[in-house]
Amino acid sequence: MSVATSNPLLEARGLAVRFHAGGRFPVRAVDGVELAIGKGEIVALVGESGCGKTTLARTLLGLERPSDGSVVFDGAPLSYRSRDLRRYRRRVQLILQDPTGALNPRQTVYESVAEGLRIHRTVARKQRAGVDTTEGELVAEALAKAGLRPPGNFFMSYAHELSGGQRQRVVIAGALALEPELLVADEPVSSLDASIRGEILALLLRLRDDLGLTVLVVTHDLGLAWNIADRIAVMYLGRIVEVGTTEQVLQGPQHPYTQALLSVVPEIEEVEPVVLVGETPDPSLIPNGCRFHPRCQALAAGVAAEAGVADSCVGEPLVVLASTGGHRAACWLCLDNGA
Amino acid sequence: MTTPRLTARQVVRRRRRDSAARNWADFRGHKSGVIGLGILIFFVVAALGAPVWADASGLKVTEATGGVLESPSFEFLLGTDDNGRSVLTLLIWGARLSLFVGLLATAISMVIGTLVGVASGHFKGWAGSVLFRLTEWFLVIPFLPLAIVLASVLGASLFNIALVIGITSWPGTALLIRAQTLSIEERPFLERARALGAGHWHQMTRHVLPNVMPMVFANTTLTVAIAILTETTLSFLGLGDPLRVSWGSMLDDAFSSGAITTGAWWFLIPPGVCVILVVLSFTLIGRALEEIFNPRLRERG
Amino acid sequence: MTLLQIRDLEVVYRTASGPLPAVRGVNLEVAAGQSIGLAGESGCGKSTVASTILRLQPASAELRGQVLVEGEDVLTMRWAPLRTLRWAGASMVFQGALHSLNPVRRVGRQIAEPIRLHEPSVSAGDAAKRVDEVLEQVGLPRSRARAYPHQLSGGQRQRVMIAMALACRPRLVIADEPTTALDVMVQAQVLKQLTDLVHDLGIGMLLISHDLSVLGSTCDRVAVMYAGRVVEEGAAAQVFADPRHPYSAALARAFPRIGDPLARFGPSGLPGDPPDPRDLPTGCSFHPRCPVVLSSCPQIDPPHVPAGPGRTAACLRVGDEEREPG
Repeated sequence: MSVATSNPLLEARGLAVRFHAGGRFPVRAVDGVELAIGKGEIVALVGESGCGKTTLARTLLGLERPSDGSVVFDGAPLSYRSRDLRRYRRRVQLILQDPTGALNPRQTVYESVAEGLRIHRTVARKQRAGVDTTEGELVAEALAKAGLRPPGNFFMSYAHELSGGQRQRVVIAGALALEPELLVADEPVSSLDASIRGEILALLLRLRDDLGLTVLVVTHDLGLAWNIADRIAVMYLGRIVEVGTTEQVLQGPQHPYTQALLSVVPEIEEVEPVVLVGETPDPSLIPNGCRFHPRCQALAAGVAAEAGVADSCVGEPLVVLASTGGHRAACWLCLDNGA
Repeated sequence: MTTPRLTARQVVRRRRRDSAARNWADFRGHKSGVIGLGILIFFVVAALGAPVWADASGLKVTEATGGVLESPSFEFLLGTDDNGRSVLTLLIWGARLSLFVGLLATAISMVIGTLVGVASGHFKGWAGSVLFRLTEWFLVIPFLPLAIVLASVLGASLFNIALVIGITSWPGTALLIRAQTLSIEERPFLERARALGAGHWHQMTRHVLPNVMPMVFANTTLTVAIAILTETTLSFLGLGDPLRVSWGSMLDDAFSSGAITTGAWWFLIPPGVCVILVVLSFTLIGRALEEIFNPRLRERG
Repeated sequence: MTLLQIRDLEVVYRTASGPLPAVRGVNLEVAAGQSIGLAGESGCGKSTVASTILRLQPASAELRGQVLVEGEDVLTMRWAPLRTLRWAGASMVFQGALHSLNPVRRVGRQIAEPIRLHEPSVSAGDAAKRVDEVLEQVGLPRSRARAYPHQLSGGQRQRVMIAMALACRPRLVIADEPTTALDVMVQAQVLKQLTDLVHDLGIGMLLISHDLSVLGSTCDRVAVMYAGRVVEEGAAAQVFADPRHPYSAALARAFPRIGDPLARFGPSGLPGDPPDPRDLPTGCSFHPRCPVVLSSCPQIDPPHVPAGPGRTAACLRVGDEEREPG
């Protein structure tokens, strides 16, 4: 996909994030990731809990410092000085998972949305640039963009007076008020009622189409990716194991983990579900060789042995997937087939 | 897209007024709290109106008109002390001092305690640890020896007594506030504030402090109770201002003048009863406030 | 053999702000060896229906109708038979496993607790053996009995909850959102466990979820609830693949089928929010959000009409195509 390769807006280069949690080995939450997100793209970062996707997202936002590698935004590596980080925040914003917890219960909707504007003194900045506006107008604009109309009706409400969907829109409005270029959405609809998920997802699509917003969605829900994502990166135990366009990855998965994930999404289609045994191992004890090999159904069924790569699966670590180059999977079977 | 007819600040002010009215209505429902408030108002009015109903000259030893330790009579409703002064006059003027020192000490304690508590809960790394250790260190210092030492070093005056009490009681508040801060720091809206670009000051003042305030408020009233009790103790031990009259100094005088053996109950019992009543009133109010603010937190949480 | 029959169940809670009609007339049946799904979102009353089967409502709640478990009406049962029913006749897997387990007791002890309560004559050793038995049934190693809840992962805790529900060998199991907070793979494992248990042990299961696709692939039949009523009922696969009620259709579309070109860049949801039970719309309670609303919908509360063989739906539109097969 040329969108990503030509001029990525946000990149992770050789990114690794390790936590020292007191055990014998550090927790390798992110263990070598190359990812490029192009302007105007919606990329889904998909994986189960413990795979490191949330840590990766937070590191891309600058809320976490990488142990190795760098985060590059618009061609320049992230500087962690407080002034530079603050400027970065105007361009990259976050939507959290739980809209109820994300809003200060003592603040009105107006105050929650205006918070970002006040921190960055946006009104003064705009006036200096010759744009005559007030805080109230900017707040109303953001609320309207997030689908809360008429915005004036919501100014005086408190979070607990709104429904789940409305709260999530307030959180989105708070992020939009800063007019960011990229939005990171961490499980944006997982705590919302089923019938309103579509509305919030449609809002994200509209923001991309109308405002040119780039979106990185972190989720465990493959259906969500099918709904709105251009490209998908599948994560397992701190590494991206497969990347490509949504159609490529979801309709022609190459990595056994992706194949297993897809097979168990509740379907009526006649796909034999591959229910993996056990659970995702501890990120402080990552298996040797291919990190997925202890649970890999292809290895267990002898497919790897047939292809002659079984030894590599168990003993040889895979190289980190590059951020460019179309549909790829980090699997000895796939590399062997030259896919 | 219309801007609201009221400005945002007016709306917030109106909301705060409504919330205060709601809290008052809740408070009225707590009988014990209302009783406590009644008692407190009685004493505050008595103290403030001291120049009105108790002649200040009645405090001067040289102008004492009564006999020594006279029992209560029509002229001296609560009898006289060992200098011939009216005990009632002393009591009323003593209320001023006890309440004033109690409140001043509490103010000092709450300010230091809140600052240290919020800071030690918010800052990770060495800054937070240092503040925490400081709090713990102050906590274990035995209060009375420290108070005695400080009082003798600083000299006995109203302000110094308040300072001594403040310095020795802030750690309790700080620990409570720190615990509350730690739990608020975990809430997602703090993470959102950071993601929006908020610095430490903004996080602490706009998010942590407002959510910690209810607990601070309830804790304050209980701290006042302790402060007044402490002042009484210090004055009783003779560490208070010798020129001023407080309930504690009255008790001290009563003991040293042998009121027990002579049976001068009018000198001994009233100051003690007053201290008990005032402390009780603050405690009742404080408990009622805690009950009011807690379900609120549960509702919003 | 019909294990559970719910007839015209109505539940009204008494709250500080007035009566709250959580359930407004629900009919359901579960037979042995069958799994029935109950689909709906927050506020539709499905959890209330579930907890009513074990009569776990507060004393202030008003209950009308009948809940027959193996022929006996739970709502009018006396205390002793009710205690026997709870856990030994029917048991429940609660939502949010982390909060339903006592954090300071070992998991094995907690599983054994209902056994000791219902069968005091069982010795400690026999109880431990039963604990091992149920742990095996849910696919957990025996060693896990000695763990504390916080030492287990989300999926393992959920399986402990299922094991606890099976401890007294009930005939009916009610699972309330058993997989909602779990990852897709763990969800698949837990669902597989549940379906295997239904087949192997011949128990009846009532599975509650807001994810219609989960119910569509796991259950035999499904009932969709909205605002305290069942709005559609039928064979699970059919209801999911070809929903007749507009709300069921919206629920089905919320979790799109991967590969469906209509869903690609076409997330669809409903405007508005699930209604407040205290302030229900007139006529059909779904009409304010219905994408295909008719002019008569706000006036008429649609009755259940046949929507195909073995299917019913409560929608005015469905009445027109009564005899039309799906």
